[in-house]
Amino acid sequence: MPDPSRIRANVVGDSTEVKVLMNHEMETGQRKDAQGKVIPAWFIQDVTATWNGKTVLAAQWGPAVAKNPFLSFKFKGGAKGDKVVITWVDNRGEKRTDEATIA
Amino acid sequence: MNLQRRKALRTGGGMTLLTLVAAAGWLRAEDAQAAEWNKAAFETNSMDATMKALGGGTPAQSKDIAFFQTPDIAENGAVVPIGITSNIPKTESIAILVEKNPNMLAAVFDVPAGTDPSLSTRIKMGQSSNVYALVKADGKYFVASKEIKVTLGGCGG
Repeated sequence: MPDPSRIRANVVGDSTEVKVLMNHEMETGQRKDAQGKVIPAWFIQDVTATWNGKTVLAAQWGPAVAKNPFLSFKFKGGAKGDKVVITWVDNRGEKRTDEATIA
Repeated sequence: MNLQRRKALRTGGGMTLLTLVAAAGWLRAEDAQAAEWNKAAFETNSMDATMKALGGGTPAQSKDIAFFQTPDIAENGAVVPIGITSNIPKTESIAILVEKNPNMLAAVFDVPAGTDPSLSTRIKMGQSSNVYALVKADGKYFVASKEIKVTLGGCGG
């Protein structure tokens, strides 16, 4: 199982601000190792954020997103105690779901 | 998700098999998210080709797209913060494209109603380049660009 994402969700006015830090190598497939062999690409392809079962952000990523990806966004609504769930799937089919409570 | 099968895959085949299976696309069906990963769009290296893969025409220049928390000069190309705000009504998606990266498209964000068309993330840049913020609003595409100078590249090695 990959390392968990760190998620922070805070109520700001009438919106909820979400900050996510995912743990992932995000290997581009462009780099070579010491033997000159290409290191295969390994990166998060799909990211979905849901709040109360409703999708609040969906993203498709390429390998050009930085290692240990950071993402910040805001959505209308959300109350203290609600859960925000972040799911990602990488190009190896590995999946990780994490949730945070809105504070 | 079929946990049994997944477990068998992992223990039986190890990484090589898993990678092969993933590459062949067999795992995609059960892992499919709301939007299928647009392979074609992520493998293009020109604005025109990317637009075609995304299913749009030539985007119109727009002053209603703004960059925030985005540096003019990035010391480290491996981690370049990019923030984009779209003030165009009915913004549906925001994409980040880097002109001189091996593949232009870095990320696409689908912004449902109720979510602010404003977000930030971090990307990699191989060298100094124009970065485009491509916004789809009400079915039309708009673009704004910003030049970012990179003093240390994030690709190659």
